[in-house]
Amino acid sequence: MSEAIAPPVGDYVPVPRLREGAMRDVKSFKASANHQSALGFPETLVNDWRERAVQRLGELVEGSRALRVYLDSCVKCGACTDKCHYFLGTGDPRNMPVARQDLLRRVYRRYFTWAGRWLPWLVGATDLTEDVLDAWYTYYHQCSQCRRCSVFCPLGIDTAEISMAAREILDCVGVGQKYCNEIIGKVHKIGNNLGLPEPALRNTLDGLEEDVRDQTGVDVRFPLDVVGAEVLLITPSADFFAEPHIDGLIGYAKVFHQAGISWTLSSEASEAANFAMFIGSYAQMVKVAQRVRAAALALGVKRIVVGECGHAWRVAYAFWGTLIGPLDFLDPRYPRPQHICEVTEGLIARGALKLDPSANDDKIVTFHDSCNVARATRMGDRPGGQLAIPRAVIRSVCAHFVDMDPATIGDRTFCCGGGGGLLTDDLLALRVQGALPRMQALTAAVAEHQVTHMAAICAICKSQFSKVLPYYGLPRDMVVSVHQLVGDAIVLGAKE
Amino acid sequence: MAYEVDGKTITADEEGYIVNLADWSEPLATIIAKAEGLEMTSNHWEVVNFLREYYNEFQIAPAIRVLTKAIGKKLGPDKGNNKYLYDLFPYGPAKQACKIAGLPKPTGCI
Repeated sequence: MSEAIAPPVGDYVPVPRLREGAMRDVKSFKASANHQSALGFPETLVNDWRERAVQRLGELVEGSRALRVYLDSCVKCGACTDKCHYFLGTGDPRNMPVARQDLLRRVYRRYFTWAGRWLPWLVGATDLTEDVLDAWYTYYHQCSQCRRCSVFCPLGIDTAEISMAAREILDCVGVGQKYCNEIIGKVHKIGNNLGLPEPALRNTLDGLEEDVRDQTGVDVRFPLDVVGAEVLLITPSADFFAEPHIDGLIGYAKVFHQAGISWTLSSEASEAANFAMFIGSYAQMVKVAQRVRAAALALGVKRIVVGECGHAWRVAYAFWGTLIGPLDFLDPRYPRPQHICEVTEGLIARGALKLDPSANDDKIVTFHDSCNVARATRMGDRPGGQLAIPRAVIRSVCAHFVDMDPATIGDRTFCCGGGGGLLTDDLLALRVQGALPRMQALTAAVAEHQVTHMAAICAICKSQFSKVLPYYGLPRDMVVSVHQLVGDAIVLGAKE
Repeated sequence: MAYEVDGKTITADEEGYIVNLADWSEPLATIIAKAEGLEMTSNHWEVVNFLREYYNEFQIAPAIRVLTKAIGKKLGPDKGNNKYLYDLFPYGPAKQACKIAGLPKPTGCI
């Protein structure tokens, strides 16, 4: 495993000095035969991998006009080159989005375009060789599919789609990534990424009820598998396990309690995350998402609310309709899944929650936009709601809020460095370096505005920051859940 | 990878988590801890033993909150917090302590 070393924060450096091959040896562990077969993928590299890979690539471009356009249309303008946090943090030219795309594009040209078939040397087309396959594995697992580069691409090329396609091809020839595939297997078997069985989930929730009762004297419930509840909350399983995630879960419970909304979690669908998106497998995405539909129907809920999880919100907002729709059994007033932030903001706006922002007076808070939320979804009914609503919630519960550098927030936000299936210890060196742009903006906000906390609405972002902040000389517990801030400011039992 | 305990070879995965949970023993825990750069003290054993007890009942490691609460109840509120656990297991109490306790690595967005 490569040693994780944080680059000096320094001033903003628009383009780092190139370090050819710097990240060549940083590789994620490969999936074992068990992890592969649990998802129906070949256990190890198949003998006819070249033919199968080319065939799968052909099927993917045939099935997705978008993917074909992305592979066809790059004009090498260079606008994307300095937009990727992994390039900015590592200096490895292969982490420039255009170079990452070209790993697949060159092979696509060779086998699927006239010029590439007959004049490969003229158009940068290359054969699919073992070295190419190896480079795919390495560099498509150094892309967090955050889509920041696509914001700046004049042609709108989406590197994430290319990276997902490459991972799907790799899985189909028997070269999967351990982190994602082991986790998806656990969802199929147990119901969540953690592998948290129902009795352990119940025990954890009982413990939280006891904690909140001890702290506040109020009986805030954390219901599980309650048939007939109005709301089904689908939240990342990290909310049941990790810090600071669990404080966010306490926040959601206090919001539902105080608003008088009956809600439940499900042991069948105890996971919002859908890592199948990261590996580009539509079949797996459907299978993972189906648990949500099944649980919603079994519990007879009228609304589905999604907790603080970035890519899960993208899957719920953008894909559930196709994957598990129509969700026509939901209350017509809430026909689509809602984000917990829009629920909370709506309640605050109509005065349904009594808040005491002075509970957070010890904090100066900034907000990290999670890439999937900021660039792939919306919240509420206004354009830009996904950016405005979390901030509105924070401002309602915190007197001191500042944004980081505008070039690093909103739809131009930098990835935390751990998204897209890269939040694994074997990629720690990459994660630490990839966090550099966010750490520069945060360090500047600390210096200029004495920021003490950075709030986030994504389980991956929270875990990634908890891990990498100390490498940059910042405290681990600086990252908080948005609903932790809410939970601390809610005045319980104060309803008329 | 693998560990050597009393002349026996114990198989572990790429990250050092033992493959067969029944292979665990106290001497092995000491050896895994050493490989992690840690010297086991009675404070470390308190955590490791609690993790194993919890795992035996629930087939998973406890949430960090459950762990801090249990340690706090046993050893006093000044020890029932994240800082205490990170001081004992600097790589993170969930993963590093599980490795030493011979439990599977917790996975997910953690």
